[in-house]
Amino acid sequence: MKGWLLHHRQAAAQALRRLAATPLNTLLGALVLGTALALPAGGEMMLANFQRLARHIAATPQLSVFMALDTSVKEVDEIESMLRKHPQTLKVRKVPREETLRRLKESEGLGEVIESLPRNPFPDAFVVAPKDESHASLEAMRAEFVNYPHVEHVQLDSAWVKKLDAFLRLARLAVAFLAAVLGIALVAVTFNTIRLQILTQEAEIEVSRLLGATDAFIRRPFFYFGALQGLAGGLVAWFAVFAATLLLRGPVADLAALYGVEFALHILPLADSVLLLGLAALLGLAGAWAALFRYLRD
Amino acid sequence: MIRFEQVGKAYPGGIAALAELTFDIGAGEMVILSGHSGAGKSTLLKLIPAIERPTQGTVIVNGQNVSTLKRAAVPFLRRNIGMVFQDQKLLHDRSVFDNVMLPLSIAGVALRDAGRRVRAALDKVGLLEREKVMPVALSGGEQQRLAIARAVVARPAILIADEPTAHLDDDTGRDIVATFRAFNQVGVTVLVATHHDALFTPFMTRRLILSRGRLAA
Ligand SMILES: Nc1ncnc2c1ncn2[C@@H]1O[C@H](COP(=O)(O)OP(=O)(O)OP(=O)(O)O)[C@@H](O)[C@H]1O
Ligand SMILES: [Mg+2]
Repeated sequence: MKGWLLHHRQAAAQALRRLAATPLNTLLGALVLGTALALPAGGEMMLANFQRLARHIAATPQLSVFMALDTSVKEVDEIESMLRKHPQTLKVRKVPREETLRRLKESEGLGEVIESLPRNPFPDAFVVAPKDESHASLEAMRAEFVNYPHVEHVQLDSAWVKKLDAFLRLARLAVAFLAAVLGIALVAVTFNTIRLQILTQEAEIEVSRLLGATDAFIRRPFFYFGALQGLAGGLVAWFAVFAATLLLRGPVADLAALYGVEFALHILPLADSVLLLGLAALLGLAGAWAALFRYLRD
Repeated sequence: MIRFEQVGKAYPGGIAALAELTFDIGAGEMVILSGHSGAGKSTLLKLIPAIERPTQGTVIVNGQNVSTLKRAAVPFLRRNIGMVFQDQKLLHDRSVFDNVMLPLSIAGVALRDAGRRVRAALDKVGLLEREKVMPVALSGGEQQRLAIARAVVARPAILIADEPTAHLDDDTGRDIVATFRAFNQVGVTVLVATHHDALFTPFMTRRLILSRGRLAA
């Protein structure tokens, strides 16, 4: 048991030494693997966020009622009272057009565009929370509200959620496919690196054999090498996605604000991060295994 | 300790390097193996740690039949045999210390213990002060002694050396022979293939003489 632990410690140390001996190669390898992994990892980050958004919206189904732009203040007030009196309404929140304009002016990026507009392009709007959250009841309310005078458009947020759900299912499939393809690429890259490693370590392998090394002893540092290289690629991918999340956070919040949703992009969830690093290491290991299987059978 | 029974070895292509070899080397014995170039000395030595397998007969080392030993068991046989190779096979990308450390790493000897044993082995061959340098920085004789230190560091019961005094002047050669003698005196079975029989005559060691793959007298 103690000898076994010692062997693993030595193999890991040796793999680290080999990685450190060629820092440029190690860095380039990690970048190649990291870029490949960043694509599915980034997709997963977006998906996780969309899903959170969908849950957030689905939890509070509501109707957005948009007025026509040329509606007078008095007419808007009338609609407000009609909405408030409706037996199915739980809560009504008015979103005046001035408020929407002000909020968006403050937001980064969009501010200048909006500033340059000749007049306020946003309509007055109401956000209505229903008493009965069933889809049928929401549909009935939508059909009724859309016939109120000066109401331009009624949006059912739960319908949107349904569409988003369907989209997410498709996107998840795409990400899985991308992950599979790039995973194979990662195995291939590691396979090649390990194969070259074996060639450069030929003398050491031969001498070790002559001195009584088992196949396991000779293979172990290569396994660690593959796993560590995969892990390094995983870390690069994680940081790339992390950086992208921070960069996109502002613009995404602005975009969400356009839909009246408060939303902050979250970094890759912990479980997904662990999965990413674990899979990266495992794929590196698989590449090493493939290379060793071919080259160390004498 | 080492027994050959009617051993023959033909390399692929049909060249018979060894034929009908029968001899016995007892535990604690020191034996030299001589013969012309191409007589089969290296081949004979390689049969003992199963670097080559006999095509005829049986080789028995320490009670184990090496001719039929499974591949997976070979490493454990080799750990009990110290070898000095004709071409030394030092690793030139690691220090003197690390070269001698390798057999102990392979055997899984705990690190602190291993360091002490490496220094003891280097001390015995007079290379303790050079432990940090790379093998290229050593003279031919020093490299030879490094190879010996690596062969004995794991305290094998058998020590095999192939031409350990080749390319060395007589004084250095005598040093090396004395080193083998010292290991032999503490109970190690020693088998040395050499052209320099004269260096061993002071110790009156037993000689096996090979001629075209057969024992001569
Ligand atoms: N791997 C090999 N494949 C084919 N033939 C070989 C191989 N190794 C050795 N031989 C042949 O076997 C014979 C014995 O070779 P060996 O190396 O054992 O001789 P030796 O006594 O050690 O010679 P030297 O004193 O020159 O080292 C030679 O004829 C050689 O050509
Ligand atoms: Mg020879």
